[in-house]
Amino acid sequence: MSKAGDSPEKGHKIRVLVAKPGLDGHDRGAKVIARALREAGMEVIYTGLRQSPEMIVEAALQEDVDVVGLSILSGAHMELFPIVVDGLKSKGLSHVLIVAGGIIPEEDVPVLKKMGIAAIFRPGAMTGDIVGFIKASMAERRRPH
Amino acid sequence: MDTHHLFDKGELQELERQSAQQEAEVAGAAGRLPKFTTGSGSPLKRVYTPLDVRDLSYSDDLGLPNRYPFTRAIHPTGYRGRLWTMRMFSGFGTAEETNARFRYLLSHGETGLSTAFDYATLVGYDTDAVEARGEFGKCGVAISSLRDMEILFDGIPQDKVTTSMTINGPAAIIWAMYIVAAEKKGIPMAKLGGTIQNDILKEYISQASYIYPPEPSLRLVADTIEFGTRHMPLWNTVSISGYHIREAGATARQELAFTLADGFTYVELGMKRGLDVDEFVPRLSFFFNCHNDFFEEVAKFRAARRIWAREIKERFKARNDRSCWLRFHTQTAGCSLTEQQPENNIIRTTIQALAAVLGGTQSLHTNSMDEAMALPSEKAVRIALRTQQIIAHESGVTSSVDPLGGSYMVEALTNEMEEAAREYFRKIDSLGGVVRAIERGFFQREIAQSAYRYQQEIESKERVLVGVNEYVSDEAPDIPLLTDVAKGQQRHLDRLNQVRRERDNREVSRTLTELRQAAKGDANLMPLILDAVRAYATLGEMCGVLREVFGEHTELIIT
Repeated sequence: MSKAGDSPEKGHKIRVLVAKPGLDGHDRGAKVIARALREAGMEVIYTGLRQSPEMIVEAALQEDVDVVGLSILSGAHMELFPIVVDGLKSKGLSHVLIVAGGIIPEEDVPVLKKMGIAAIFRPGAMTGDIVGFIKASMAERRRPH
Repeated sequence: MDTHHLFDKGELQELERQSAQQEAEVAGAAGRLPKFTTGSGSPLKRVYTPLDVRDLSYSDDLGLPNRYPFTRAIHPTGYRGRLWTMRMFSGFGTAEETNARFRYLLSHGETGLSTAFDYATLVGYDTDAVEARGEFGKCGVAISSLRDMEILFDGIPQDKVTTSMTINGPAAIIWAMYIVAAEKKGIPMAKLGGTIQNDILKEYISQASYIYPPEPSLRLVADTIEFGTRHMPLWNTVSISGYHIREAGATARQELAFTLADGFTYVELGMKRGLDVDEFVPRLSFFFNCHNDFFEEVAKFRAARRIWAREIKERFKARNDRSCWLRFHTQTAGCSLTEQQPENNIIRTTIQALAAVLGGTQSLHTNSMDEAMALPSEKAVRIALRTQQIIAHESGVTSSVDPLGGSYMVEALTNEMEEAAREYFRKIDSLGGVVRAIERGFFQREIAQSAYRYQQEIESKERVLVGVNEYVSDEAPDIPLLTDVAKGQQRHLDRLNQVRRERDNREVSRTLTELRQAAKGDANLMPLILDAVRAYATLGEMCGVLREVFGEHTELIIT
């Protein structure tokens, strides 16, 4: 079993919530990524489909996750992502790393980043890169300040 | 038995000797790849010969076009008499915008309509429901009431153009809206030709636009099959769909097997409802995906026709040839499109469309080059339509029926496809049938496994994706995209509110009450849904009533 997901500092596995906000049923990407993160040693909780932003915030809180990964392919991201980001902040989860993926036009990327989503993985993204990004970001965040 | 066989025994023996000799000669030669396989991962031979199809019986396994087991074609003249229907899946924003797109496509030579609905519509919510936030018009057109449907088909001759509607959870309701929209133009339902997807089983397996649990959902499917059989002889009541199973990650083999297994389940459902197999099975149609692996795809279509014919005749005892005809629509593989160097998607789509035509499709949608990024722009969709027209009129492949029939490779792959599908049928039977297998997560797990394997192959470059993991370019895509599909949201909402204000609300409440009562019993719900639609009850109201009675489905989470 790979221990690659363990944080060298704290010795606990990175916990990730993979979430599908909105109504779209395209879960191929979310499931592939959930498995890739798990095989990279992370703890992954997958919400399943049709989650409201409020349900996702609640799940992040209950599951005490380090990372929230949002997947949307319907185009509803500009309406739903901000509600998740604000919800996480208002529940005191500002430390949670937020990443997202799906059919997200290039022009929306800077807006989403400014909002607090650390990375947007667009069509053609490799799971290896997603794993690498999450690990590097978590290592960065856990470094003593 | 030998008299059935296509090849002379002595010649086969000689070929066997020569083949063994050549195999030995090339055995040491290094191949370009460590292994050569179909897209489904099954090994391919270096060369196919009569040895690979030595047991083939022409009359039992192939037959002439339009002759059992219909491997070669369902129509005797193939595309000579009539080309496939060029049917582009389209829809976005308001009913007005999609109506304009329909007219645009028809004016460019499209021969049938295919409607894409947005996610609120697909899962049975009005646009102003809290669940529908952000979804308006994004993945298709928003239809909240009969009024929207009237606008969607305004000026379109519903008695002349056939229309396919990709709708499942609320299929009965959207169908009723289409019927009443035609009724208001004076076109009786018996004259309407078209298709509702209405394949709820694959929603649980892959596409996930279900609303209710399987049992009441299948009751609605049986209601629509029965209603169509009695009143709408030109309508395809279920479009049994492998497309979404494939898009979710399944291989061609899994797509074939799972789709046909769903099909048999609908046949059983109709028979259980008391319909004769020859009454309703001719109005079940199919919808397949077509991905890049050219010969495997052609083999899949041929195998599909043969398996369906054999099962419908042998297992379900059909007497009418038409019941045995597997008629299908094809869509090129959306999941094969890349955002990188999007123009390359035109080439991918061309290869896939050609395989669908050589596989004998009755109807075809070709994806536009920009669909990894957005809904198609007018220009992109026109090129996609032109792709079909070039295949139809310039390539010459439409002149003879099943031109790849008799290819040693294609026949061998067709046989393998059938065997692989039958193996899955046995597995599904052993799990207690399709519904039980869904409840146990069998299909979902199989598909997730294939999707993961496919992604791993891309990441390891075992599978080359041009422009993605090889032949990469730094140049950003430079094609204009359709943007702002939701700009008409206020207009749609204003109309919805107007409908709610101006209709006879007592009539709405009467029809909804009757629908609720009937849903608790076992009457056919179609007439009651038609009444509620005529009263301008909204989609959300009707689905809401049924949600109360039937409950909602929650997925078994599998990763």
